[in-house]
Amino acid sequence: MTSTPHIVEHGRGRPPLDPHLKALENEAIHIFREVAAEFERPVMLYSIGKDSSVLLHLARKAFHPGKIPFPLLHVDTTWKFAEMIEFRDRIAQEYDLDLHVHTNPRGREENITPFTHGSARYTDIMKTEALRQALDAGKYDAAFGGARRDEEASRAKERIYSFRTPDHRWDPRNQRPELWSIYNGMIRPGESVRAFPLSNWTEVDIWRYIEAEEIPLVPLYYAAKRKFVERDGMLMMAEDERFEPLPGETIQEDFIRFRTLGCWPLTGAIRSRASNLTEVIDELEIATVSERQGRAIDRDQSGSMEKKKREGYF
Amino acid sequence: MTAPSTPAVSLVNFEDDAPAPQHAGKDSRPLRFITCGSVDDGKSTLIGRLLWDTKAVKEDQAAALSRDSTGKQNDLGLPDFALLLDGLQAEREQGITIDVAYRYFSTDKRAFIVADTPGHVQYTRNMATGASTADLAVLLVDARTGLLEQTRRHATIAALMGIRQFVLAVNKIDLTDYDEAGYHKIARDFRELALTLGVNNVVSIPVSALKGENIVLSAKASMPWYDGPTLVEVLERATQRGGQSTGFRLSVQRVSRPGEGFRGYQGTVSGGSIKPGDSVVVLPSGVEANVKQIVTFDLIRNAAVSGDAITLVLDRPVDIARGDMIVALDQRPQTGTAFSARLVALSPDAIEPGKRYWLKAGSRRQRVTVTPTQNLDLNSGKWQPATTLPLNAIGTADLDFDEAAIFDAYETNRQTGAFILIDPDTNNTVAGGMIQGRRKSSDGLARDGADKVTVTIPAHLLEAFRASDFARDHAGEIRISADEDE
Repeated sequence: MTSTPHIVEHGRGRPPLDPHLKALENEAIHIFREVAAEFERPVMLYSIGKDSSVLLHLARKAFHPGKIPFPLLHVDTTWKFAEMIEFRDRIAQEYDLDLHVHTNPRGREENITPFTHGSARYTDIMKTEALRQALDAGKYDAAFGGARRDEEASRAKERIYSFRTPDHRWDPRNQRPELWSIYNGMIRPGESVRAFPLSNWTEVDIWRYIEAEEIPLVPLYYAAKRKFVERDGMLMMAEDERFEPLPGETIQEDFIRFRTLGCWPLTGAIRSRASNLTEVIDELEIATVSERQGRAIDRDQSGSMEKKKREGYF
Repeated sequence: MTAPSTPAVSLVNFEDDAPAPQHAGKDSRPLRFITCGSVDDGKSTLIGRLLWDTKAVKEDQAAALSRDSTGKQNDLGLPDFALLLDGLQAEREQGITIDVAYRYFSTDKRAFIVADTPGHVQYTRNMATGASTADLAVLLVDARTGLLEQTRRHATIAALMGIRQFVLAVNKIDLTDYDEAGYHKIARDFRELALTLGVNNVVSIPVSALKGENIVLSAKASMPWYDGPTLVEVLERATQRGGQSTGFRLSVQRVSRPGEGFRGYQGTVSGGSIKPGDSVVVLPSGVEANVKQIVTFDLIRNAAVSGDAITLVLDRPVDIARGDMIVALDQRPQTGTAFSARLVALSPDAIEPGKRYWLKAGSRRQRVTVTPTQNLDLNSGKWQPATTLPLNAIGTADLDFDEAAIFDAYETNRQTGAFILIDPDTNNTVAGGMIQGRRKSSDGLARDGADKVTVTIPAHLLEAFRASDFARDHAGEIRISADEDE
C-alpha cells in the first residue's frame, strides 16, 4: 500500500482542483456537514453574490448525492439589481432549492429607501432588522453565511462558529476558542450560531474556484456597457425608474462591472473591460484596491462593520 | 466633467508597470503558521511587513490606516501596521491584541494563513488556539536583548501543541549595526532551547521588519555575512504538518440516505488513505466491512487521502451512526474508557477534579470525568503535581469515560488525538486536549487490548515494517508507532 495513491475522478469533465483550492473545499464541506448534523434548524443565507454562489456550490457538494438538507434564505431589500433577482429565481428552480425570501414589511409601510433615510438607517431596517425577523420566524438555530476573514479587519478574529445571543448579538469578547477543526455547537434554546465555511478563503480563491468549478454568476460581475453616474466618488448604476440624477449629474455610459453585489444605490461599480472570468481574475491579481472599497456601508467611519455585527448584521 | 475624485472607479493603477498576470494554481495547500512575540519585539511590524511586501494590503485599506492613525508613522513613511492588524475597536482603544486574528497572503509559490496571537503571558489560551492548526511557528526576539523567558514559554507551548518546525526571527538587527557575532549567539541559544523541547527543525534569520530586510526581500547589502534564506523563502519551503502516521481514519459526521438503496457515510479522512476493496472496521462496534465506493460530487473516485471530505459506501449493511469511526482493519486506534491527556485550560473557570464535561473529538461527543494530575510551570519548564487547572494553565489529566472512547496518541495523529472539553453548565469550550495514551482504568483492569506492546519505528521504515511477516504475525499484539524525530 502506498501512502499517497494517484487519485482519479471519473466523470469530472474538468481537471482536478489544485491542492490549495481542494484544501479550502474540503474544509468548507466538513463545516457544512458538521452544522447540518449538530443543529436542529439550519438555514443558509443566500445573497446571490459570488461568495453565496460558491457557498451554494459547496453545499451541493457536501450533501451529494442527497439534497441540501436545509432551506436558503434571501433577505430582499427591494433595492437589489433586477438581474440578481432573475438569477436567484433561475438558480432556485434549476437546483430545486427550498428558497425563502423575506422583506421587512416596515420597508413598504414606511417607504424606507436608501435615498430618503440614509444608508445607515436603511441598512439597519431593511437588512439587519429584516434578517432578525426572518431568523426568528424560522426558529433557525444555525445560519450559514459567506463571510471571509480577509474581507475586513473586524472579521479577522471571527470564528468559524460565531456565537449569537437570543437577540442575535455578537459579543467579540465572548466568543468560544476554536482549536483544530473541532467545533462546539452546544447552545441553549434561543441562542444560535452563524457558521462561515468560507472563513479561510480570499477573494482570489473565490474567483479561481468559480473558474475551476464553472460556477454560474450574475452577469453584473462582468464588464458591459451600462448607464451610471458618479456620486460621492462612487459609480452608481442608473438601475431602474427609482433612480433620479441629482442636479449637475450626467448619466454616462461606459464599460463597468461590479466587484461585490448588494443594493444598487449603495454598491459602486468599477470601470473595467474584464468581460469574462479569465479577464476578471487577471485584473484582480494586479488590483491595488480592496473589494469592499465600493461599499458605502464600510466608509461611514472606521469600525462601522464591527458596530453592525454587534447589532446583528451578518 | 471632473476627473474621478478617488481611486474608487478602477481596480488597477494603470500607471504602474503591472506584471504579466498569471493565475496558475498553487501546488500545495496553504501553509498555516503562528507568530509568537510581544509588541516590543516588533511582531505587528513583521506581519504588516509580510502583508505589505506581498501586496496583500490594498490602497484603500492603507488609506483607512492613515485616517485612523493619530499621526503615527514610522520614519520610512509606512503606515502603522499595528492599526492594520488590530481589528476590533475595543482592542484598538486599549492598545492591546487580545485574541487570535487570521491573516492571509500569498506568493507565486504558496498561500499562507497566519495566526496572529498576542504575546502576553496571560494569553496562553490564544496561543494554543493559534498553534493547534499551525504547521510552523515563527518566534521573534529583539536582537538587542536576545532570548527572554517569554521566548521559552512560547516555544514550549508551540512544541506541546505539536509544532515541529521553528523559525527564529532575530529582529531589529539594524539597531545592533548588523552585529554578526551577536546574531550567532542568539541563534545558538535558541537551537539549544528548541532541542530541549524535541524540535530540531530550526532556522534562524537576522531581520529588520521595519526596513523589510530578509522578510520578503533579501538584505545582502547590509548583511553580507548572511547568505541564508529570507523569511518568506523558509515559509515557501516549509513542510506541511506531519504526524499523520496512523492508518485510515474517518470520523462519521452524518449518514446520507437520499433514497432506497443508497447509504453513505460522510466525513473527512483524518489519517491514512482508502480505496475501494480496502477492509475497514467500524468502532466502537467492531463490525468489519469492505469499502465499495468513494462517492463525491465529482462522481466516483478511486481513492481518498487524509484531508479529503468524502462519502464512503460499504459492501454490506452495517449499523453506523454519527460519532462512530471507520478505520483501517489492520491499524486500529486505541479504544477504552481510561486515557491520559495534556490539557490547555481556556476558561476563567478552572478545570476541577472529578467534574463531568462533554468531550468532543472529531464528530464524537461523550461524557467524561476529568481529574487533573500535573501542571506545567512555563517559567522553569517543570511539571508539578496539581489538582486543578486555572485559566491558561497547561497540565495533564486523567480522563474516565462512561462508554468506549476512540483515540490515537496526539503525537501520531493531530486530528484523532485532539479533543475539546465543553462545560455542560455554560456550554463554553473550557479546554483543549491532546491524548497521550490509554491508561489502566481505576479498577485496575486493562480493557480491550491495553496490553499491546508499542513498537516505535523510524518513519521512513514504517511502510516496510508494516509489510513484514513479523508485523503481520503479531498484528494483535503490537501497536506500531512512527518515530518522526529522526
